[in-house]
Amino acid sequence: MFSSFKRIIKTGWKGFSRNIGLSIATILIMVMVISLATLLFLLNPASKILISGLQEKVDISIYFREDALPGDIQEVESEISRIPEVKNIEYVSREQALEKFIEKHKEDPVLMESLTEIGYNPFLASLNIKAWQVSQYEQVANFLETGPFKNLIDKVDYHQRKSVIEKVFSITSGINKVGVFFSIIFGAIAILIAFNAIKIAIYNSSEEISIMRLVGASNSFARGPFLIQGAIVGFIATLITLIITFGICYGLDSKIRVIAPELSIFSLFLSNFWTLILIQLVTGIGLGVLSSFIAVRKYLRI
Amino acid sequence: MLSIQNVSKIYPSHSSGKPTVALDNVSFKIDGKEFVSIVGKSGAGKTTLLKLILAEEKPTQGQIFFDGQDVHKIKKSQLSQLRQRIGTVFQDYKLFPSKTTYENIAYVMEVMGVAEKEIQRDVHQILELVGLIDRADNFPNELSGGEKQRVTIARAFIHRPDVILADEPTGNLDPYHTLDIIQLLVKIYELGTTVILSTHDKEIINSLGKRVITLDQGKIVRDEKRGRFIL
Repeated sequence: MFSSFKRIIKTGWKGFSRNIGLSIATILIMVMVISLATLLFLLNPASKILISGLQEKVDISIYFREDALPGDIQEVESEISRIPEVKNIEYVSREQALEKFIEKHKEDPVLMESLTEIGYNPFLASLNIKAWQVSQYEQVANFLETGPFKNLIDKVDYHQRKSVIEKVFSITSGINKVGVFFSIIFGAIAILIAFNAIKIAIYNSSEEISIMRLVGASNSFARGPFLIQGAIVGFIATLITLIITFGICYGLDSKIRVIAPELSIFSLFLSNFWTLILIQLVTGIGLGVLSSFIAVRKYLRI
Repeated sequence: MLSIQNVSKIYPSHSSGKPTVALDNVSFKIDGKEFVSIVGKSGAGKTTLLKLILAEEKPTQGQIFFDGQDVHKIKKSQLSQLRQRIGTVFQDYKLFPSKTTYENIAYVMEVMGVAEKEIQRDVHQILELVGLIDRADNFPNELSGGEKQRVTIARAFIHRPDVILADEPTGNLDPYHTLDIIQLLVKIYELGTTVILSTHDKEIINSLGKRVITLDQGKIVRDEKRGRFIL
């Protein structure tokens, strides 16, 4: 049994090495398939990071009336922080709001002169509120406008930002749905391409398989070497893809961070390294072996 | 050993023409250790008969028994065991193009699970028998027609089968190589193996003086113990 297995492996390796041109062509196609699987795998956390970054930029602000006392504002802050939908609250006092404005517009003499002309601090104290999900801002805004603190509140700026918030929500949920749809479609196309590449490679050996059967080989003895060849092709394609993935993630990391500072694809690669290897090996070797199995079946009918 | 009973093989027509009758109600028996020649013109049904014995195709009617077992009732998964008892010399050689001469011959023994040392010894011996010891590491595309046919014979005989089916083994060869091949087959027969030779070569048949079954248009027209080539 073991010696038969050894023979099958030896024959499989010889078959791979003696048809090296065809083997290389099949490996290149498998590299494309595994690269697609890798891309789809890395896109998932990458898009989550990007979406999260986008969502981080969304918030609503409550502006308090001029006569609101700091103690009242603190009470409001404490009550709001108990709302489960609220992720984070930042209190900006009137003085802090004035400082921020001056810092931001100190180079603009017109604005600075206007401020001096007014003669007093026109800015109101505010609370900037971030929710866990973009879809939760409406609930939070409704609570603030109809809740027990509405007498202290001058304005909740949710409605001015509503269209932007809804657009962000629609974009991010759209990205998720479209991502899943295209993952399935492209995944299926890639698998079909790889299967056909292996089928063509095995077609080249169709007469050999028939001869094997005619001289007395069992199905498993005839099929075995082709499964080994499929596994070898898958394994080598996995190694090549891993090297390419490393190179691309390392090379593009700094360039992508210019556009999306929160996203480091090289860190993503390193933190998911072992999972990535597993996915690539399963895709490469699994697809290679399964495709060989199905492709050889047709010629074993003799 | 081998019993052909009322076997017919009809190939259906792919257009509106008549179906092709390759074999028509053929019956005969072959006992152990016989040398039988099956003769006939091209298209008489010789190759079809050998394909049916090897279970490469199924008969339209009739049965073929090998050692009492109907070969066409054997499960596909067990056909390999039947074929390991038969050695076949194909007219078109059917060598593995990506295997060397040694590997082509050794393959049959590997299929049977024979130990490596034994394979090396036996293949070496048979390469000497067929005069191809210097061609052990060559691939089929590097061999002449006569050499390829000798490799095919070596592969058919290496595992000492009960029967050798030789389908027009000299069809593509010149007279010198033809003589070599026939002498090899006779040697194998003399070592105790049943040989079934299909040919349309008159000179071979008349020189052998063995049993001759003559086919004409799919029917047996003659079956003689010490036959001659007569059509």
